[in-house]
Amino acid sequence: MSFPGVQDTRPNWDEFMEGIWQRNPVFVMVLGMCPTLAVTVSAINSISMGLATTFVLAASCWLVSLMRKMIPKEVRIATYIVIIATFVTVTDYAIQAISLEMYEALGAYIQLIVANCLVLGRAEAHAARFPPMAALFNATGMGLGFTLGLVMIGGVREILGSGTLLGVPLFGADFQPWVVMVLPPGGFFVMGAWLLLFAIYRARKQRPDKPGIKPDAVKQAS
Amino acid sequence: MSCHAPQAAPPAAQITSTFTLIRALGIVAGICGLIIVTSYQLTLPAAQANRRLATERAVFKVLPEAKSIAEFHIPPGGALTPAGSGDPPPGTLKFYAAYDGAGQLAGIAAEGAARGYADTVRIMFGYSPSCQCVVGIGVVSMRETPGIGDKIITDKDFIANFKALDVRLNDDMTALANEIKTVKRGTKTQLWQIDAISGATITSRAVGKGINDAAQALLPKLVPNLDKLSDRSKQ
Repeated sequence: MSFPGVQDTRPNWDEFMEGIWQRNPVFVMVLGMCPTLAVTVSAINSISMGLATTFVLAASCWLVSLMRKMIPKEVRIATYIVIIATFVTVTDYAIQAISLEMYEALGAYIQLIVANCLVLGRAEAHAARFPPMAALFNATGMGLGFTLGLVMIGGVREILGSGTLLGVPLFGADFQPWVVMVLPPGGFFVMGAWLLLFAIYRARKQRPDKPGIKPDAVKQAS
Repeated sequence: MSCHAPQAAPPAAQITSTFTLIRALGIVAGICGLIIVTSYQLTLPAAQANRRLATERAVFKVLPEAKSIAEFHIPPGGALTPAGSGDPPPGTLKFYAAYDGAGQLAGIAAEGAARGYADTVRIMFGYSPSCQCVVGIGVVSMRETPGIGDKIITDKDFIANFKALDVRLNDDMTALANEIKTVKRGTKTQLWQIDAISGATITSRAVGKGINDAAQALLPKLVPNLDKLSDRSKQ
């Protein structure tokens, strides 16, 4: 954990992009694996879970940041959890009002956003030290990065496991779905494949003068 | 604000008073309480409408000729009453009476539940008083293995079991004349048996057990009172 510095506390695009790319919660920090592996059986589930987490993350980081000066450090974790749990409850009600089918599909994982270490981690590591706008910016970026990660896993699992993307059939009637992809092991397979791909990419980037792996090999690895 | 790690604060710098701690917690709890209550009040009408729609959709699916539905309760030891507002006492049997376009009773829909392979399988079944049989089923919720357990809603042979599943009562109207049984695929010989899906036996059994348990509890109390429900205008 290293912060570049607390001098510049204004919201800026680097803060925002940090969550989406350099420190993506799913592929770089590998946080919040419980919903990542459990609800990503389809792209639409991934999007809803990602957006629900983004809302909780942004709203609770904003409120934590707003109240950061009046919260004594002895009770900070307790207050953060209460604030996070509040917004999770709000999300829970909102999803019931929007779509019961979605609520059934996401199941207990909506309530479990409380325990997603990404949210508490952001509140403790970022929101408690930065003014509300900067905290909101950073949290939204992180949330969207989380959503992106979930969709990248959920999309692959839906294409291979059901032959559809966002419910639209991609292959003909002859396609035999890989049922394992929508079962729990499929989540680990796809997650592992993406991590492998990013590890290869990072290794190549660190040694630009010695291209050890040909681009073709990277494609096959996916 | 200068420290990156909270524990790096100088020792014994400030000891926060109990009052400050309680005040901070109290303010946070108050604000959060307000947010929760407001959002509950705002979303409640939409959530209730959604739930009602989902139930109606499930009833219309198992009783296609139905045009309108009414919910009824049979509290333990009590008589059949139309569902009012508020929570019914525990152990109350709930069912839906479905009426056709002319306001005549088209059938009864009720929910059954039993443990499946992954989680409880909740199903809605339609009961036709004229043939004393189950005429259709639909799934309310399940978490069965995709491609295997969820065949109970797609497998045509399995669904055919519920075109006229016999649930006649015995002569003294205390229980079903024949218990509903899920049998191995291809061994169905009686109208009260369910042919299982091979490979999804546990889920098939859960459907059978769910219908059996719900019918055993509901029908002995419902059938003697059917005349009270026969016409929508009488209520």
